Amino acid sequence: MNKYLFYPGCSMPRSARPYYDSLMAIKDDIQIDLDEIDDWNCCGATEYWSVHQLKAHALVGRNLALAQQKANGSNTLVAGCSACYLNLAKTANYMRDDPQLNRQITEALAAGGLSYTAGSLEIRHLLDIIYNDVGLETIRSRVVRPLTGLRVAPYYGCMIVRPDPDNRYGNPEYPTALDKLMEVLGATVIDFPQKTHCCSGHMTQISPDVAYELLHRLISGADRYEADMMVTLCPMCQLNLDAYQGDMNTYYNTDYYMPVLYFTQLMGLAFGHDAKELGIGREFVDARFALAKIGVEVPAEDSPAQPKPRRRKKEQGLPMPRMGEEEQ
Amino acid sequence: MSAMPQVGTDLKPISYLEEVSRATPGNSRLEMCIQCGTCGGSCPSSQDMDHTPRQLFAMIRANMREAVLASNTPWYCVSCYYCTVRCPQEIHITDIMYTLKSMAVAAGQYKETVGADLSRTFVGYVDNYGRSYELGLATRLYLRHSPLNILSKATMGLGLLTRDRLDFTPQKINNLEQLQSILNRAEQIEEATA
Repeated sequence: MNKYLFYPGCSMPRSARPYYDSLMAIKDDIQIDLDEIDDWNCCGATEYWSVHQLKAHALVGRNLALAQQKANGSNTLVAGCSACYLNLAKTANYMRDDPQLNRQITEALAAGGLSYTAGSLEIRHLLDIIYNDVGLETIRSRVVRPLTGLRVAPYYGCMIVRPDPDNRYGNPEYPTALDKLMEVLGATVIDFPQKTHCCSGHMTQISPDVAYELLHRLISGADRYEADMMVTLCPMCQLNLDAYQGDMNTYYNTDYYMPVLYFTQLMGLAFGHDAKELGIGREFVDARFALAKIGVEVPAEDSPAQPKPRRRKKEQGLPMPRMGEEEQ
Repeated sequence: MSAMPQVGTDLKPISYLEEVSRATPGNSRLEMCIQCGTCGGSCPSSQDMDHTPRQLFAMIRANMREAVLASNTPWYCVSCYYCTVRCPQEIHITDIMYTLKSMAVAAGQYKETVGADLSRTFVGYVDNYGRSYELGLATRLYLRHSPLNILSKATMGLGLLTRDRLDFTPQKINNLEQLQSILNRAEQIEEATA
């Protein structure tokens, strides 16, 4: 059993509840013990950092101090959300490498009676510990229901692989850990060209037009490769791709239908868990049709999303030359 | 050749470049920019920015403070870090964008009001509860900036609620007082060093 300190972050217990539920469902299968730190606070996302930088470091510093206090025999702090992971890593690294910033954050923490010893924790993303510590062989040995025939677009997004301060992923633009993990589960993995492109982050709130453009690049890219679904490892990416896909379709007059699940949900399915236990059916773009292809049934009443037949909108006006892949 | 400005003397007021560089935690390497344009070429939202990052850095060097603060560029940064990992001079571009946003908020000089309001509202929730609160954040933002679209946004909120993916009330951490003491002290340090 590998022991870790665990930082869920604000999204996991809420908008990314299916991520959390599926992680809890599979953690015993892969023998990881996640010890949640007590009374953790927000990591600052990107918004806090846009107003106050030192305060944002102090905000994260409290989480680091609380994690260190926990001292459960592990010095690895794990986050499932890419933004949480990067913010925790950023502050931990700045405290380790920049004496002045370390002094300032230490002074701020002292005002709350806390302290963090720079360099004492290792900050890692959930995918990293599953891929590197648990390992592909252990995961392969747990698979009882291979995802044979399911075409998956592995989507990493940004903050897990960039700036990658401790060089854990090898390549900030072409990582492969999630690809290999999905292959071990039996899925057909497409070589997704947009795998590390941006999901538009906060632009869905600031300027939807920009957000729809970025979402369109990702979803049309996965569709062009005939992916049955995209698989993600970040709550922000999942929310943008899933909940805003309808708005994006309206904006572009398209009818893409691309379910987006968390990698832990697919691991759970391959390990033989029940779809409901894994939070499947709580996505906006219903994954049922894609999963039916591999014989996984999700009861209809558990799925509030309405099935939507896939059809292209009628062409208006004169026929125009189009890219070959789009014609289908 | 005219006399070169003296480097490193305290007689000369610090340039805007130095100001931005100092306000960025760690070593931003901003002064290393060679104006190659890799940043703008790598940026997924540069076509909607008033200035590409490269242009903005040239403006910072030219002391064009007001124009920099008013630019929508930092607010349209999606924090994807493509520019940061591709920059041949290893400039911490994304971090500099955070600095420029915080400077614009502090000076009250920004034209991109949605982004600034989103950030400030977010900070308000974190300061008062310790955690972010999506429903409150979205509601306040839409009421202020796009009340006509509130219905379509409400549909999404309802969608999240029926999928048990949204809370009606914010979650508060237990030791909020401790967090606030830490943040207050950090703010004092921030002000003292500004």
